[in-house]
Amino acid sequence: MSILDSNIPEGPLADKWTKHKNDINLVNPANKRNIDVIVVGTGLAGGSAAATLAELGYNVKTFCYQDSPRRAHSIAAQGGINAAKNYQGDGDSVYRLFYDTVKGGDYRARESNVYRLAEVSASIIDQCVAQGVPFAREYGGLLDNRSFGGVLVSRTFYAKGQTGQQLLLGAYSAMNRQIHRGKIKSYNRHEMLDIVIVDGKARGIIARNLVTGEIERHSAHAVVIATGGYGNVFFLSTNAMGSNVTASWKIHKRGALFANPCFTQIHPTCIPVSGDHQSKLTLMSESLRNDGRIWVPKKLEDAKAIREGKLKPVDLKEEDRDYYLERRYPSFGNLVPRDVASRAAKERCDAGFGVNATGEAVYLDFASAIQRYGKEKAAVSGITDPGPDLIRQLGEEVIEAKYGNLFQMYEKIVDQNPYKTPMMIYPAVHYTMGGVWVDYNLMTTIPGCYCAGEANFSDHGANRLGASALMQGLADGYFVLPYTIGDYLSKDIRTGAIPTDLPEFDEAEKNVRDQIDRFLNNNGTLSVDHFHKKLGKIMWNKCGMARNANDLESAIKEIKELRDEFYAKVKVTGKADAKNSELEKALRVADFLELGELFAKDALHRNESCGGHFREEYQTEEGEALRDDENFKYVAAWEYKGEPSKAILHKEDLVYNNIELKTRSYK
Amino acid sequence: MKVWRKMARAVFLPYLKINTMSGLLNSSIARKVAMALSGIFLISFLLLHFLINFTSVVSESTFNELSHFMGTNPLIQFLMQPILILGVIFHFVMGIVLEIKNNKARQVQYKMYKGNLNSSWVSRNMIITGLVVLAFLGLHFYDFWFPEIVYKYVEFNPADTTRYFGEMVHKFESPVRTGLYVISFVLLAMHLWHGFQSSFQTIGVNNKYTPFIHKLGYTFAVVVPAGFIFIALFHHFITN
Amino acid sequence: MNLKLKIWRQKDANSKGQIVDYNITDVSPDMSFLEMLDVLNESLVEKGEEPVEFDHDCREGICGTCSLQINGEPHGPDRGVTTCQLHMRKFKDGDTIYIEPFRAKAFPVIKDLIVDRSAFDRIQQAGGYVSVNTSGNTIDANAIPINKHDADEAFDAATCIGCGACVAACKNASAMLFTSAKVSQFALLPQGQVEATERVLNMVKQMDLEGFGNCTNTGACEIECPKGISLKNIARMNREYLAASLKG
Repeated sequence: MSILDSNIPEGPLADKWTKHKNDINLVNPANKRNIDVIVVGTGLAGGSAAATLAELGYNVKTFCYQDSPRRAHSIAAQGGINAAKNYQGDGDSVYRLFYDTVKGGDYRARESNVYRLAEVSASIIDQCVAQGVPFAREYGGLLDNRSFGGVLVSRTFYAKGQTGQQLLLGAYSAMNRQIHRGKIKSYNRHEMLDIVIVDGKARGIIARNLVTGEIERHSAHAVVIATGGYGNVFFLSTNAMGSNVTASWKIHKRGALFANPCFTQIHPTCIPVSGDHQSKLTLMSESLRNDGRIWVPKKLEDAKAIREGKLKPVDLKEEDRDYYLERRYPSFGNLVPRDVASRAAKERCDAGFGVNATGEAVYLDFASAIQRYGKEKAAVSGITDPGPDLIRQLGEEVIEAKYGNLFQMYEKIVDQNPYKTPMMIYPAVHYTMGGVWVDYNLMTTIPGCYCAGEANFSDHGANRLGASALMQGLADGYFVLPYTIGDYLSKDIRTGAIPTDLPEFDEAEKNVRDQIDRFLNNNGTLSVDHFHKKLGKIMWNKCGMARNANDLESAIKEIKELRDEFYAKVKVTGKADAKNSELEKALRVADFLELGELFAKDALHRNESCGGHFREEYQTEEGEALRDDENFKYVAAWEYKGEPSKAILHKEDLVYNNIELKTRSYK
Repeated sequence: MKVWRKMARAVFLPYLKINTMSGLLNSSIARKVAMALSGIFLISFLLLHFLINFTSVVSESTFNELSHFMGTNPLIQFLMQPILILGVIFHFVMGIVLEIKNNKARQVQYKMYKGNLNSSWVSRNMIITGLVVLAFLGLHFYDFWFPEIVYKYVEFNPADTTRYFGEMVHKFESPVRTGLYVISFVLLAMHLWHGFQSSFQTIGVNNKYTPFIHKLGYTFAVVVPAGFIFIALFHHFITN
Repeated sequence: MNLKLKIWRQKDANSKGQIVDYNITDVSPDMSFLEMLDVLNESLVEKGEEPVEFDHDCREGICGTCSLQINGEPHGPDRGVTTCQLHMRKFKDGDTIYIEPFRAKAFPVIKDLIVDRSAFDRIQQAGGYVSVNTSGNTIDANAIPINKHDADEAFDAATCIGCGACVAACKNASAMLFTSAKVSQFALLPQGQVEATERVLNMVKQMDLEGFGNCTNTGACEIECPKGISLKNIARMNREYLAASLKG
């Protein structure tokens, strides 16, 4: 029926990857020197892929819109990276990591991919330590772990609240080594604006030099897209301002299927919105839920008094507080998965218990952790009769050592001291599980075009567990792609360099130039941000944490109208042949305006609730998600047909041979 | 001329070779380390100079004895003195070289610059305090060192073990000279206030002793120049 | 609140720039500094004028993209934050704010407030890595026990975000704090020992080639560093450099 062949190797789950590696074709080192690979995006996935491919001997060109590969948004990941090392001896294993990830993803991920991810996870840690990534350590000199939401073991490796930064700098340093050797040419401040397909194969890209505005042609034997997620379709998200869907969307328009666009993660612990001027949201790491307790007032009048500033949260008695996660989910408590925690916060706020002026915030309270740690520390230090002040002081010191940078960040933004008064948090768009459809080899439906990291859809199903994004990015880049791409490239050893004067390049370049000219010559009056904000509002209100058919239908209509208005009324200042951030934004928002519609269309078609996708029509009496495995146990991969509304659905059925489908319960 | 060139080559070539071998003085860090080491050397000389001069306040004869020793001991005259002079010249030349290089590193200046928000005036203006001290050294050489050299090695005057105290006191008769002397030592104090601890940071000493080094540096920067000023004023007002 | 902005405008690398005055009204104290500039830019675009170009990306203080010399200080008057985390509550109604690009010969202006910091990349490329292959065939992570104190100190050095505030703050536009942070990270870890000599020599050589100034130990870099990178790293790099030079 389908054009989708996921190319999953035969054999038992645990042997698939090893067997596959033994079966695939290799490229002779001498031939690798004649093969060019383009990597777009230099985050964890792109950076690690580029470094490894260059090390293997391929000629690599990397592209990023930032001024340096080190600035990719992977850098902002705070909490940690999972790996099935079982250093803590708490019963972890490859299978358990696999199991937790599939279950956490609400049984909408491909079994074989997730198993491979769990399998290579341990190598990531070895690799990073060898590169000098300074992970947190215990006094004995060995690596420390912490736990994250949705799991019952401690398997998360971390570097304070800056794990993403340290891992990215590790990948960046591996890239630097290859740049120094001349094996990577790094094109920074460049944005990919189209892919070039020759004889059905990905053979190059069109990129714009963001400094000079020059439109450049780059050819290669394979193209890797590792440009991250599309959370910025919501305007407000924890993504970087420049994060965009353009590369993924351009390949989608040229034949790559786009899978599960509606699977978006709303992260429960972000700093709430403060006003209309807000340009982005700031995440507070999930690791805070190890020690913080989430609550709202039990009584509506208390919530009202707090909102009006008449009552302080610290003055509210213990019995008047509703620790709703502990109440609803006694076994996982504050460490339920992200989707569950986010919906629970929304439910309380919708019911009128929100605690900031906008009514959209709940408390994350460290008071009991401070007490607990304070007493522990006093006992360890041999202080027999510590007063409450000393306990508090010692406890705050422990908290500071663990989360100091996050607390400081909170204080700078909100202007409140989170050691003394509980933090206010609210869910925000954070990660997109959906993305470009890829097979087991991470190849899209365009031959020779690969997709890695958050940009692809493959490993997290309908919800991603904490500390798994870094794991996936590095697994794809260091350990998966370098093998699987060789299989494809082994057929290209006689091709020789791809010329850039082919008609296909002409056509793609003309496309890009036409779009740029159209914007710059448009006689509009409204800024790009004006439209982006409007799109964000539609997405958040109608395709956000809870969705229903009515809203989604109207969202589809509104986005389409907004898109037409955008092309009619947008004003893009500046010139094509210079640095022009308005033009950059316009080109990105144009793609978000198309993706947004497909997003809503996908959400509308999926008549079930699973993971990050919650349809109000499909819930249990207790308000939990109601999954429909009979009808929706598939990946929805959309084929572009001229415009989002005409997209054709292809289904990849998900087969679970090694895990039993169950209703997800964290109670 | 040829002879001079040959001699210069003979003297400097081995030195240059060592440098190209190790990279020393070819790099910013090496230049800074050389600057710091010459600074520390000058600091120790300054301390010695101070201790000798201070005896002049206490005892004329001790001062004369020490001065005579310093002025006639061959080891000091023919080994230490050239090293010291080279050290002084090196410190100043390198200071100016670094200043020129540093100015080149920022060609367009800020319209709004408030250096005091993140650093002290003295740390940013070592070149100013340094040049004032250099000007003073000129005066100092003119006053003491050149007459001394002329006295000993040009006119070949006979040794006189008691002349030093009188010569010095005589110089502090003039209020203008004494005033210049005082001002120069205030500037030297400022130079040392930053220079002392900075030298240690540059040679790589930054550890648990660093707070102590800072305190020691501040004390030195105040006590030694203040002592020199005291000696000058003492002789100006009391001895004269 | 209402503010008077004096912003450096420069068309491109080859043009001469100048300070241009802008008035901005109704600034909320809860806005970040960059959000204030967003508001200014939106009004400029609606008037058909070119907005002020400035570098920014993550807006949570970690990517190191944002820069700006604000009233004479990199990242503005607050301590321990990048410009994106600087909030308008640090300013008063009626204030005049100078906004200039980071200035250094090694950081040429690209447009308005955007500068080219690729010199930093080249310093890293000269040796800011451990030359291990990324194939994954390494020893088990826990086979290299590392003293917690050293690991923590290496981490502290490694938190440098490469924003360039140290260079901007330094009266000599010196990049010593940046370079020393990377040298220190590897100097403190056993993994970094194998290439320690070449690393420090090559990175310093590249730093000098890029045209940064010398370190005069004014300490401005440490104070203005949004991540609090310590001057200890500079001392450590100096030690490493001397040791490496003597080794040859």
